[in-house]
Amino acid sequence: MSFPWAEHYAPKNPVMKWLDSRLPLPRLVYNAVGAGYPVPRNLNYFWNFGVLAGVALTIQIITGIVLAMHYAANADVAFNSVESIMRDVNQGWLLRYAHSNGASMFFIVVYIHIFRGLYYGSYKAPREMVWLLGVVIFLLMMATAFMGYVLPWGQMSFWGAQVITGFFSAIPIIGDPIHTWLLGGFAPDNAALNRFFSLHYLLPFVIAGVIVLHIWALHIPGSNNPTGVEVKGPQDTVPFHPYYTAKDGMGLGVFLIVFSLFLFFAPNAMGHPDNYIPANPLSTPAHIVPEWYFLPFYAILKAFTGNFLGIAAKLWGVMAMFGSILLLFFLPWIDRSPVRSANYRPTYRWFFVILVIDVLILGYLGQAEPTATVVLLSQICAGYYFAHFLIILPLVSALEKTLPLPNSITESVLGSDAEAAPVAAHTA
Amino acid sequence: MAVSNTADDPEQQGGEGPRRRDFLNIAAVSFAGVGAVTVLIPLVNQMNPSADVLALASIEVDVSAIKAGQAIKTMWRKQPVFIRNLTPVEISEADAVPVSTLRDPQTLEQRTKPGHKNWLITMGVCTHLGCVPLGAGEGEVRGDFGGYFCPCHGSVYDTAARIRKGPAPKNLQVPEYSFKSPTVVQIG
Repeated sequence: MSFPWAEHYAPKNPVMKWLDSRLPLPRLVYNAVGAGYPVPRNLNYFWNFGVLAGVALTIQIITGIVLAMHYAANADVAFNSVESIMRDVNQGWLLRYAHSNGASMFFIVVYIHIFRGLYYGSYKAPREMVWLLGVVIFLLMMATAFMGYVLPWGQMSFWGAQVITGFFSAIPIIGDPIHTWLLGGFAPDNAALNRFFSLHYLLPFVIAGVIVLHIWALHIPGSNNPTGVEVKGPQDTVPFHPYYTAKDGMGLGVFLIVFSLFLFFAPNAMGHPDNYIPANPLSTPAHIVPEWYFLPFYAILKAFTGNFLGIAAKLWGVMAMFGSILLLFFLPWIDRSPVRSANYRPTYRWFFVILVIDVLILGYLGQAEPTATVVLLSQICAGYYFAHFLIILPLVSALEKTLPLPNSITESVLGSDAEAAPVAAHTA
Repeated sequence: MAVSNTADDPEQQGGEGPRRRDFLNIAAVSFAGVGAVTVLIPLVNQMNPSADVLALASIEVDVSAIKAGQAIKTMWRKQPVFIRNLTPVEISEADAVPVSTLRDPQTLEQRTKPGHKNWLITMGVCTHLGCVPLGAGEGEVRGDFGGYFCPCHGSVYDTAARIRKGPAPKNLQVPEYSFKSPTVVQIG
């Protein structure tokens, strides 16, 4: 599960020795995120975001458990109970704003984490399982975030629930029964609110479980690195602790500063004013949009406006939206290039940049009014998104002339005269 | 394991065919499997609408106050219903459209009750993703075809509430209803 030169856990304290021979939990931690886990010496700050996502989940779980002590999941009182958290509960405003902004921060770091993986080819063999579990976590996060957004039972909550559960009614024949089954009624109401609350409480712990699998799968081959070249010897690695605990600590500080800026100075910047209006089943808000982290997918949903190949536009939109995420499951087998890191893939690097821009434009289009121009641009950008994975990537990985890789991680760090490397590993 | 060779088990002596122990094993596990699946039925079914939600409680609406060209919104089964008194112009506009050109081909006659062609009663639920279309309230946008306009994803319905443009697949649904008297409608 680790490199042969990994440091061994050897407790000196008699209490720790006693514990180690009965319940070797400290040994597990030592080997997973301590000095017993050797990590490539050349990781840059983009490798902070996995730890940051873990911290973000922890913040969500802690604030969420506390909020659940004050929240009432009943359609008659849910809105007022959230307002009472904001006004009456001691520091309730802080906890709720931390939870709602924490969700956005979680998605920010996870999106950077995903694009890090895309740029440095972290999804390629032997790390396919790490990537697949990551996509599962992403899907679980989206489900959790959606159900959490419904709980305040404001206008955006209600209509978000109506629209998103409406996706399932696009399925031919069985769609409407599934829709009714999911909601426990014909429109979102008490039954839906209660089950969403129950699942919103459950899913973060499922996410935590899948994260354990994600890290377990990661620790079999060990972390990827900016060169994409595999670790060849002890000179290529440093122990996770103290080297990367310190580097992650630095990143965590920056993360918490950005989080605090939103939390204390712009707590509603990423929310919608309409969600401070109680849910009204008779009136849809004039401009209904999901939270920012769903916007690119929402733009893909809206891009389909006409029936095509005998399939209804609505079903196309829903299939394309889910397909845009499910496509990621196949990525390790779509990209056949043997070179992992885009640093050595001059053509792929440009297409990666274009993909990032494409997704950002889709995000903008997701919240724009559906004018003819916006619809046309959405169609182009959604088409490009699929073309990137289904056409461009297979072609690029077959035709691209990649740059020469360094012989080892150490060589890339120290240059070719890296004979003194084993010593350098301890001073890096 | 060693049972198959015991002399007191005559079925096993040929060494061919299913062993008695295999049969017992499969039968026992299958039985437990059927039991486990049976337990799933209430766990899945509890998600379906409960009796109080299903109690349809049909509603009666007095439509005498709705003048031609006006519409009201009412609630049935927790969902909005539009009741519109069409003007003769709106009726002729709806009749002028060739039915074969429609995405969900229906005539205004098929969408209203005989003798009450001016009363268009539909669900106020967009068939795309379930938003409430605009157009029933005073001064709301009614879209390019003079009926209803859904602000969520831009579906446009005509004066017979038939889908004409945008992502929605179907016309606004006509609920089950009947006229109790010329001015009272029972929905449900």
